[in-house]
Amino acid sequence: MTEPIDGAAALRVTPLHERHAALGASFTDFGGWSMPVRYTSDLAEHHAVRTAAGLFDISHMAQFGVAGPDREAFLAYALAFDPAKLALSKAKYTMILAPTGGIIDDLIVTRNAEDQFLIVANAGNRDAVREALNDRREGFDAELIELDDALIAVQGPRAQEILEATAGLVHDDALAMGHTLDTLPYYTAMGMRFGDGAVLVSRTGYTGEDGFELSVDADDAGALWDAVRTAGEPFGLVPAGLAARDTLRLEAGMPLYGHELSLDIVPAQAGLGRVVPLKTKEADFVGRSALASVVATDAPVLVALVAEGRRAGRAGYAVLGADGERVGEITSGALSPTLGHPVAMAFVAPSASEPGTELFIDVRGNRIPATVTTLPFYKRNAK
Amino acid sequence: MTDLNSLKYTAEHEWVALEGDVATVGITDYAADKLGDVVYVDLPGVGTSVTANEVSGEIESTKSVGELYAPLDGEIVEINDAVVSDPSLVNSDAFGEGWLVKIKVDPAAVEALLDRAAYVALTDDDA
Repeated sequence: MTEPIDGAAALRVTPLHERHAALGASFTDFGGWSMPVRYTSDLAEHHAVRTAAGLFDISHMAQFGVAGPDREAFLAYALAFDPAKLALSKAKYTMILAPTGGIIDDLIVTRNAEDQFLIVANAGNRDAVREALNDRREGFDAELIELDDALIAVQGPRAQEILEATAGLVHDDALAMGHTLDTLPYYTAMGMRFGDGAVLVSRTGYTGEDGFELSVDADDAGALWDAVRTAGEPFGLVPAGLAARDTLRLEAGMPLYGHELSLDIVPAQAGLGRVVPLKTKEADFVGRSALASVVATDAPVLVALVAEGRRAGRAGYAVLGADGERVGEITSGALSPTLGHPVAMAFVAPSASEPGTELFIDVRGNRIPATVTTLPFYKRNAK
Repeated sequence: MTDLNSLKYTAEHEWVALEGDVATVGITDYAADKLGDVVYVDLPGVGTSVTANEVSGEIESTKSVGELYAPLDGEIVEINDAVVSDPSLVNSDAFGEGWLVKIKVDPAAVEALLDRAAYVALTDDDA
């Protein structure tokens, strides 16, 4: 999993790389990994996820196991969430903060066994997260193990049926933590048997559809990918790349580190203030004191913007007020494949952030009218 | 099916088909492939004068925006309304239905553009 593909580029590749190449994928460098950006067409892959299902290789993401007698106290200190509130099999979206309250990364933490936690972090922040976690481990009797397991996402309305039909992926009461695929709630995980090994199946995702993320031993990744693809074909499952992943998560209003989230902003600026349980979490944690003090009221806040037409404002484009004065900047934007109009997230001055506010986006010299709205842009039909 | 060998090409990945003194211009499948799904084309209006190697429009995909260079001096005599309404034609039929503009040109100037072999060599170097 860590072999570079050639001396010059020295990019890492996942256990599934050969399969992506065989499918004719175009690759891009993402966080030091050579990852598939598309297999056929961004739009086709995006639409497939919304109507059937898409299969994503996200093995470049960092996975850490946390164990040891002090694991809970360690995580309570190192991260924003309260592990005492996380029951067996449950997952939590949270953040690792700097002492300033700035965001080092956004993460998902799962209590995947009685004696363990699993942390999934962004590929681009692997080193920063590892370093911060190791620094914060000092004084706690806890282990941090960087895993080289693969991570595969199956996302879309047919995802559950596809996994239920996947040959070799078998229910096992000893691993299931009390769940079945059908009863597995959102943000919850269960173990399943695959061949001789196990797979951790989490009902989480980054697309706004129902779906699952599967953590599996690197040696079993290829067989699992193949089995899911075979089962998924009659349902319309297609492999989907990072381009589709980005338009899907944007429509679903989900932040992307390096765009909406960074060391330079505190969670409340990105609308994530309530993700940090300041009121109910007793333990001290890194960043707590910064967040507990008053945030400057003129700090930019993240808003959702919609526009008409087909010219989308993109990351870095200026957002202007009614008088043409600059009020902010787009962090992510695209012509929404599902909705058919431009959507964007932007940091703007609080005075311009009220839903309904009419602003403009500077699209390469053209002033395109845009309206502030609330996230998400797209919501799937509730089952 | 367009005979790709009968077309001329530019280093900016446009193709040119000359009929009399009117040149039909599009972008090549190589360029369309690199762009990804085209979602918007911004073309110069009919009657506009264009200058060779200068930006005359934009072609935008889901992920990026590419500049459209005029391959030759001339005057825009027609634009492809079909591609304006359905930009995906650039991906599905870059050399046919995905044509972009027709320019009234000096036919001699077309001679100086790249032939198929020279264009293919250029894209092989790029890869």
